[in-house]
Amino acid sequence: MFAYYLELALHSLKRNKVLTALMVIAIAVGIGASMTTLTVLHQLSGDPLPNKSTQLYYPQLDPTSRNNTSPETQLTYIDAMNLWRAHKADRQTIVVSASIKVFGPQAGAQPMGLSTVATTADFFPMFDVPIDHGSSWVPADDDSKARVAVISKTLNDKLFGGANSIGKSIRLQKWDFRIVGVLGAWHPAPRFYDLYGRGAFAGGDDVFIPFATSRDLADLGIQGNGMDCWNQLTDQIHLENQPCLWLQFWVQLDTVAKADAYRSYLVHYSQEQKALGRYHEDRLLTALPDLMQWLDLNHVVPADVRLQAWVSFGFLFVCLLNTVGLLLAKFLRRAPEVSVRRALGASQRAVFAQFLVEAGLVGIAGGIVGLLLALLGLWAVRHTPADYAALSHLDLRMLLTTFVLAIVASLLAGLLPAWRACQVAPALQLKSN
Amino acid sequence: MQIKPVFVALRRHRLATLLIALEIALACAVLCNACFLIVTRVQQTRLDSGVDEAALATIKLTGYDSANAIDLNARIVSGLRTIPGMQAVSVINAVPFGDHMSTAGITLDAAGQHFGGVIDFYLADPVAFKALGLQLVAGRAPQAGDYQPMTAFLPNSADVVISRSLAEHLWPGADPLGKEFWCEKFHFRVAGVVAHLARPSAGEGGPGTIEWAAFTPVQPGPNLAGVYLLRADPRDLPRVLRDARAAIAKIAPDTVLDSQASQTISELRLRYFRQDRAMAGMLIGVIVALLLVTALGIVGLASFWVQQRRKQIGIRRAIGATRGDILHYFQTENFLIVTLGIVLGMLLAYALNLLLMTRYELPRLPLYYLPIGALALWLLGQLAVLGPALRAAAVPPVVATRSV
Repeated sequence: MFAYYLELALHSLKRNKVLTALMVIAIAVGIGASMTTLTVLHQLSGDPLPNKSTQLYYPQLDPTSRNNTSPETQLTYIDAMNLWRAHKADRQTIVVSASIKVFGPQAGAQPMGLSTVATTADFFPMFDVPIDHGSSWVPADDDSKARVAVISKTLNDKLFGGANSIGKSIRLQKWDFRIVGVLGAWHPAPRFYDLYGRGAFAGGDDVFIPFATSRDLADLGIQGNGMDCWNQLTDQIHLENQPCLWLQFWVQLDTVAKADAYRSYLVHYSQEQKALGRYHEDRLLTALPDLMQWLDLNHVVPADVRLQAWVSFGFLFVCLLNTVGLLLAKFLRRAPEVSVRRALGASQRAVFAQFLVEAGLVGIAGGIVGLLLALLGLWAVRHTPADYAALSHLDLRMLLTTFVLAIVASLLAGLLPAWRACQVAPALQLKSN
Repeated sequence: MQIKPVFVALRRHRLATLLIALEIALACAVLCNACFLIVTRVQQTRLDSGVDEAALATIKLTGYDSANAIDLNARIVSGLRTIPGMQAVSVINAVPFGDHMSTAGITLDAAGQHFGGVIDFYLADPVAFKALGLQLVAGRAPQAGDYQPMTAFLPNSADVVISRSLAEHLWPGADPLGKEFWCEKFHFRVAGVVAHLARPSAGEGGPGTIEWAAFTPVQPGPNLAGVYLLRADPRDLPRVLRDARAAIAKIAPDTVLDSQASQTISELRLRYFRQDRAMAGMLIGVIVALLLVTALGIVGLASFWVQQRRKQIGIRRAIGATRGDILHYFQTENFLIVTLGIVLGMLLAYALNLLLMTRYELPRLPLYYLPIGALALWLLGQLAVLGPALRAAAVPPVVATRSV
């Protein structure tokens, strides 16, 4: 029966080519616009670490006396070191970054300004960072303030032509660091681990060094980009005892029970700090968002992108209304034909199904053209200067979504016209004309 | 032209009429709000920064040793001045549309109780005020004695020049000259007011705060180095900047030039607003597509109705209706449907605006957008229906005599 309906539908669509083309174009344009914006939104709000994001948490404390309604988004040096030394989580790491002057191994070469992350040994296993050559530094290097560095694949290609550069050295400002590891291709988007450095969708980082070393060589000036001080500074280089929030801290907690335990640990820690006279608020605020909650909290997805998605779905809705009107006109015009079919014994349901098949067919055609339009749209987005532009590609999931959306939309649009058409009384229409 | 028969005919196609009206209503709502969004964005990009953008450029260096900052400043300023066409070189901490440097919360009392807002401080040497081309509207420009050494990230006490917008925010209706404010222990007194002064990378506090900036005269030193303001004739500026960037490699080979930040102010401005321009472009695209789809819908349905009514049209022609009558019939029909849509659409536009106001901090939709939107849709409807209506008018009376 389905094949027969399909044949009928094709026949009917062919009969009035202009109207069919109008419907297909309306659906295609609507689908094209909404899939373009939806893909951008999907890429931006995607999980940068799908296998692990539920185990990664970001502890927040409230050491300032600013009458906050929510805990602070970064930690002081003292709190970060306390949490790090306490080792209450399965893994924990401190993250802070800055652009640093780096000299390659060639003598007399111009220095480069490279994004450098100061962190701890757990960073690499915790965030599943791929390592091509060598390995990350070990916790002992953190303790001994070793001058070791892990460099990105991009930098290794640039300085050493992609060769194994383990044991070679690079110079950060005036200090030499021994390369112990070279990363594989690693481009998390957003750069979730460091939202207070450069933009969330900026390119990758090039150099990673132990946090303790970066404090030992405080003149390197790795202080992040979002340093927030709630009191007068007495020293702008040695921030260890300054009233400043400037460090990001991540913990890995493998089970929900451990996360709960860590939450109570944070509360306990805050009370302890208050007893010590470091914290002053009456109501001590703490929080432990997981990775995706943390991204949400920081509005990593630009508001404009959401607005664009809303606008294009409104547009799709107008396109659908348009299609409903056109289908209605088309189906009701065929009332005599329906009348005859009904008189010959077709059930209402059969007539309904026949018209829905026709609507679905329009949807598929609209989906195909819409897909082409979406590809065109994404190509256009890639040529805009936004930070996230390069991410805009259609993946398999969005490809399928396009077709599902197109067919569902056209079937929805076909429901009302098909229902109206199958209401036509048998044989009644035969009398007129 | 009688409207009644048109009404009667429309009532026979209630559903289709309602659908087209609804489509027009939605189009009206989206059109009004999208136009409003575009206008808001474009207005933002027209911001008057208060400085001579076309004549200014900046150079930003990193990686220098702050112990050598004074020497670096001296080398850069004297080195860059020798470039032909260079009118002024100044040490400054930030430039409009560049990276923000000294952003801090201020209070209107020394005790720090009365919070005034988060503002940006432009810290600059004696050359900068004139080089920027700031327009003084009250008080005085910084004098030679105002430029003080800086031991922390702000001078301990300074006479500053603030923007009119900031003055009105801090002391509404009052004369700002001589008024004081504090940032922690740092103390400031307003000595002058300029017409406009946009803060570097503004917008964090919302569009209303974009000019919350204070020009603070200081002496360059370890806390003020690395960012330089260049002034040249607008026609020479690209070449002067190119020469300056090349000269840095010789004057200060031990530093890193931040090429992203070392641009002309016009270029920085263009980059600063690119997202707004892209958004406005996207919205214009949606509006065009929306109007096109709506027009196509009207064309489709009107053609269909014309085809359906060929026989009736023939009969009307046969009993004396002119082509004009038939044409007007379809035009009136379209006018009625579009009017219904517009009435619904205005309510919808208003509701959509309320939603946008809560979610995206958009101002209220000015009422004059509604009649403009209505006019646009009436025009669109009449244009769309013209083709089918002309075809209807061309139906010969002889059709009446034929059976279907």
